[in-house]
Amino acid sequence: MTTLLQKPLDSDEPVVGLHPILYMEDVTVSFDGFRALNNLNLYIDEGELRCIIGPNGAGKTTLMDVITGKTRPDRGTVFFGQTTDLLSLDEPAIAHAGICRKFQKPSVFEQLSVFENLELAMHTDKRVWPTLFARLKGTERAAIDAVAETIGLQNCRTLRAGTLSHGQKQWLEIGMLLMQKPRVLLVDEPVAGMTHQETERTAELLQSLAGQHSVIVVEHDMAFVRSIARKVTVLHEGSVLMEGTMDDVQNDPRVIQVYLGA
Amino acid sequence: MSFPALPLDKPVLYRVMALLAALLLIPLGNLLLPESSALHFSTYTVSLLGKYLTFALLALALDLVWGYCGILSLGHGVFFALGGYAMGMYLMRQIGERGVYGNPLLPDFMVFLNWQTLPWYWLGFDHFAYALLMIVLAPAVLAFVFGWLAFRSRVTGVYLSIITQALAYALMLAFFRNEMGFGGNNGLTDFKDILGYNLQQDATRDVLFAVTALSVALAYLAARAVVRSKLGRVVLAVRDAESRVRFLGYRVEMFKLWIFVFSAILAGIAGALYVPQVGIINPSEFSPLNSLEIVIWVAVGGRGTLYGALLGAILVNYGKTVFTAVLPEVWLFALGTIFIVVTLFLPDGLVGFWQRHRREHA
Repeated sequence: MTTLLQKPLDSDEPVVGLHPILYMEDVTVSFDGFRALNNLNLYIDEGELRCIIGPNGAGKTTLMDVITGKTRPDRGTVFFGQTTDLLSLDEPAIAHAGICRKFQKPSVFEQLSVFENLELAMHTDKRVWPTLFARLKGTERAAIDAVAETIGLQNCRTLRAGTLSHGQKQWLEIGMLLMQKPRVLLVDEPVAGMTHQETERTAELLQSLAGQHSVIVVEHDMAFVRSIARKVTVLHEGSVLMEGTMDDVQNDPRVIQVYLGA
Repeated sequence: MSFPALPLDKPVLYRVMALLAALLLIPLGNLLLPESSALHFSTYTVSLLGKYLTFALLALALDLVWGYCGILSLGHGVFFALGGYAMGMYLMRQIGERGVYGNPLLPDFMVFLNWQTLPWYWLGFDHFAYALLMIVLAPAVLAFVFGWLAFRSRVTGVYLSIITQALAYALMLAFFRNEMGFGGNNGLTDFKDILGYNLQQDATRDVLFAVTALSVALAYLAARAVVRSKLGRVVLAVRDAESRVRFLGYRVEMFKLWIFVFSAILAGIAGALYVPQVGIINPSEFSPLNSLEIVIWVAVGGRGTLYGALLGAILVNYGKTVFTAVLPEVWLFALGTIFIVVTLFLPDGLVGFWQRHRREHA
């Protein structure tokens, strides 16, 4: 796996880009009276790598569901860039606009090969008739090969995705996001169930992607968050408890209370 | 811009052509060889095999939606029956004055009901081209409307299967009613000729068989091209991880709708080929039991392979012919047993079993 762009991690200052790409303001989602998100405000900058943490039920998955169009909020605004109102779009349209999501459970097409998985994800005309008559161009083939190399699966292109290891499936899914020419990558628990070595390679991969794309990572593994995060957002009971560097977050009394219940 | 071609590999094309040529020997044997010859096929056999081929085409249609897209339709007999009724209406108009009542304008059952004029939806069916259009259009429109509503509301799995079954049952009840104008429980029958050729003549039967065999071959090649296209891979992906496909930016419901309508058209063509060969179409073709049988054919042959569906339909129906002649009361038990055995021991059907056997002994 090649590291394309690695920023220093020892800096205490969070790296803050100049152009916010994702705005969430006053977003509220309730399920049967339970507020999964409660007046949530969140801003993500262009090229940023943001980690979102929080105890179970803090609203992390609901947050992703709102951004990707799976769940409609009761209240609030969600904008992508300056002009795109995400609440007016459905899942395929949001994906096509460049917001791509990796699920918690690796979800790849097990019956198809690694190459075919990447091919289906490729950013192109995804309507029915053009898809029926689609033929792969040389440049597209090269793009697929390049992504296969980025995710370290260049030698497994013809293997059925179902035969890959758990870690390789996770990488394949990240590769599928890359094929979509994403501007924002939403990554839900990428290292759950991974070996130590796989976790390290995943950290390296995600860091290499930040800069060219905004990356939002939801993760439970604190060691992993510490290894990649520059800015961390802590969710609690559906709203943002605090934002800052990992050190700030770990020393914050409110965060300690939420996590330890002390 | 040149018309973009779908992938089609030559070896398969040659194999299909060889098989088709072999099938065409059956009507030729019926027509040209004397009855004493060992290669002579009786007209009864030709029509029976022709009927099997229409069932094979119907199974192919179901395999596209079930085997490839994971839509378990328990109502595919509906599209078959609609295609059949469209053909039946044309054949009824061909009878003309030769009906029992000798009415030049109305089919017998309408005279019997004391109707004075032809209902508007029967207009045009005296033209073969119009009937052909309806054979395609009637199943396609129903599949489009049904699929549009079901897939957009994201009805999947067992719930979808149940409403397809309900669709079949509702249409069966509707077609049983005399007021519907489709012949009630007697359906449409006593056909005389098709395009001016007598349906009782051997040569007509032989040509019908040949047209059926050709249709099955073309449908197989078309279906194969579809499942091997990128659309085919998207459809397979929908079967295995629907929400992943949606988050990749595909409108899943449109893909489901496309394959469902395509499948319904194939089923309609199968029904249209079935009616002139068996000489009758009645509401029992809408029966939910018929639709369940199609599922068994595909399961026995092996779903998701296309040729498995063809094989399954022919084998099970051959078994049905043999059984109903020898031990008619046992057939449904045998069918149930076959389904249980296949589900428990041959989850991938005969084709899957054979493929695994070949892999293990390779």
